[in-house]
Amino acid sequence: MNDAARRARLLALGAGLAVAAWLVILNFGALGAVAWRADATSGLARADWAAVRFTLVQALWSAALSVLLAVPVARALARRRFAGRGLLITLTGAPFILPTLVAVLGLLAVFGRSGLVNQGLDALGLARINIFGLQGVVLAHVFYNLPLATRILLQGWAGIPAERFRLAASLGFGPRDSFRQLEWPMLRELAPGAFLVIFLICLTSFSVALTMGGGPRATTVELAIYQAFRFDFDLGRAALLALVQFGLCAVAGLVAWRVALPSALGGGMDRPVQRFDIGGAGLRLWDSALIVAGALFLLLPLAMVALRGVPHVAGLPAEVWQAAGRSLIVALGATAVTMAMTLALAHAVIALGGRRGALLEWLGMAALAASPLVIGTGLFLLMRPVVNPRDFALVVTMLVNAGMAMPFALRLILPGLREVMATQGRLADSLGMHGATRLRLVTLPRLRRPLGFAAGLTAALSMGDLGVIMLFAQREGATLPMQLYGLMTAYRLDDAAGAAMLLLGLSLALFWVFDRGGRIGADA
Amino acid sequence: MKHPLFAAIATLALGVPASADTLVVLAPGYFGSSWGPGPSIKAGFEARCGCTLEFRTGDVLPRLLLEGARLEADAVIGLGTDELLRARRSGLFAAHGQDLSPLTVPVAWDDEIFVPFNWSYVAFVYDRTRTDNPPASMAELIERRDLSIITQDPRSSGAGLALMLWIDQLYGDEAAPVWQALAAQTVTVTAGWSEAYGMFTNGEADMVLSYTTSPAYHIVAEKDDTKAAAIFEEGHYFIAETAGVLEGAAQPGLARDFIAYILSDEFQGMIATANWSYPSALPREDWHPVFRDLPMPDTAIFATEDEADARRAPALALWLDGMTR
Repeated sequence: MNDAARRARLLALGAGLAVAAWLVILNFGALGAVAWRADATSGLARADWAAVRFTLVQALWSAALSVLLAVPVARALARRRFAGRGLLITLTGAPFILPTLVAVLGLLAVFGRSGLVNQGLDALGLARINIFGLQGVVLAHVFYNLPLATRILLQGWAGIPAERFRLAASLGFGPRDSFRQLEWPMLRELAPGAFLVIFLICLTSFSVALTMGGGPRATTVELAIYQAFRFDFDLGRAALLALVQFGLCAVAGLVAWRVALPSALGGGMDRPVQRFDIGGAGLRLWDSALIVAGALFLLLPLAMVALRGVPHVAGLPAEVWQAAGRSLIVALGATAVTMAMTLALAHAVIALGGRRGALLEWLGMAALAASPLVIGTGLFLLMRPVVNPRDFALVVTMLVNAGMAMPFALRLILPGLREVMATQGRLADSLGMHGATRLRLVTLPRLRRPLGFAAGLTAALSMGDLGVIMLFAQREGATLPMQLYGLMTAYRLDDAAGAAMLLLGLSLALFWVFDRGGRIGADA
Repeated sequence: MKHPLFAAIATLALGVPASADTLVVLAPGYFGSSWGPGPSIKAGFEARCGCTLEFRTGDVLPRLLLEGARLEADAVIGLGTDELLRARRSGLFAAHGQDLSPLTVPVAWDDEIFVPFNWSYVAFVYDRTRTDNPPASMAELIERRDLSIITQDPRSSGAGLALMLWIDQLYGDEAAPVWQALAAQTVTVTAGWSEAYGMFTNGEADMVLSYTTSPAYHIVAEKDDTKAAAIFEEGHYFIAETAGVLEGAAQPGLARDFIAYILSDEFQGMIATANWSYPSALPREDWHPVFRDLPMPDTAIFATEDEADARRAPALALWLDGMTR
């Protein structure tokens, strides 16, 4: 290894470890601060363990169904080309970035008591469905996470080098052979990660689970944490429950890490993918049916949100628009920070390799299991002796959003970076290309797609985040999600619907701009 | 300071410190919006005191408890009756020193620390166009099988907690079968009031746990009189929002003036339509006509702070038991 290579490696490691330090503070420092501040704690009650059980059951169902349904949908989308495909992919990503309140109302407009489905069943003289219960929790979580799973897998399909499909075609592979030889290894690599991410998202669900679950039987650990904070003000129990949540996350992470297999096939030359295994009319019909069904499931609730909100957007008070501007700034800041942090961490994960690399990777994923309430309170307690937290509300929101979005970004970028290292690394090494030059000429161009997607996701997620900002009474003023909730509590339901539409529109626009930017020139 | 970088950033970001005649009031988020009561209160008080009133908005009770004596504020507004015991135990408050005889709330109120500025009753709100025979009592609601309801979780919502204590006052240790009966009618339980009320207006249930004052908003702001609160014979649970003076106030005089302003006719005449609840110190005949004409329960049900505190845990256990059976 020459000097330049060593310097580049040290730089990557240093930056990655700095990011890791922030993640440790965010995830464990905050938890520690809450535990430190606790007086006596009552320990965990029987109801808390019931919450743990329910949390696990609903998260397993939600994650399993999301990934299982995503496989055929992503496969259909991967092998079909049609007008509006790009737009459809962007739009179906929207549930994931909606504030829970809006998503639930949209979902109920379709599946609720007076929703479209029940109206249709009534008209046909059929029995009505009751959505509330475990089925409702799982439905809501699949609605949320199916787009994410589909997109993660779609990236996988797009990432299979064109040469492999060519070779497969020249060997006379049918759809079934292609699946076994080309697609299954990719799924083995990506599906466990997608499952893990969704499992963890559902693990920390609170308001959606309670509302769609139909009552206190659907109490999750996160709600138990909320109860410990607000009902009992028992910080010790809150910290204890947060630890339980981390424990569940760690176990799930370990399992997924062992199940995932790294791809063993050789690299390609970055050619655009051309599919030869598109099959006959039957397969085409099947794919079309899948795409239409998936699109209806995801888009109808959104259409209901839009229908309700669009007429009220123009009449929104000025401060809602100002809040929208503020949210845009936070979202863009959080995106820049997240992309930089994720690239640094991903490089360090690969540079360290082995167990230590896996530990770093796990740290990057840890925020998924963290309770936003614990993080908010903990950071407040950590900052309070040093500065006045309210002066930094927006900056803290940006940094916390970055930490919270990192699991998604890391999931998306790390496999791509590994691939780049494996396929282009030796060539770049032999050319003595390191550091910024290599990042600019080799790495980033090949990571455009996952980078664009991750940036879009981060921006949209951070746009809709209510999170820590509520506690940090800030002087800069409210964000758009705060205004949305504020309008609702003031009975201004029409304005709230308008604000929800504005939030949906802005989040989608951000997502589209970044995601599109990543896909320009790449045929996917 | 041990952290020069943070100190430098803090100095830059803090900007101009609050001037000598600024009253800082910790308040819930809705005081910061143009449509809430914040702007009217600010304008009204500033015109009297010749000072500046600054609202610092956020989650009030958690901030009080987390910040303790470091809290840089003179007064607090927006603490709910369910939060008063914990706020009082923090020891952060000073006596308000006001004569409370103008109060017109339906419960005895001689608190030396907290003054209610508006109040309401929790109630089940329904839509006249969908429900033409609302229950006339809690006992009837429990018996009815044709009505669907949406309530809130007492662990996360003030209204949900009020319902829990309401049932507890009526049925005590016999509440579990009551909750079990209500669970059969319950569409769902939400974490907060907003989700529940939004679902109700979208037609997800016949009735929603809200307030007797909720219909006033629809009548005044939307010219819509289809929403009504079902008035129960047994009486309704009373809730109020209060204000208090902080012990560590930099402006104790202004803070007490602020409490006095809260009890003034000017404030009391404005608060009903600004915050959609009953004024706390104004005879009913002087209320905004829409509020005056709303059906009013005969009896106020209210557990004292200590009683409510003692009943929290057992009542929650009964709620959980009945609702999940």
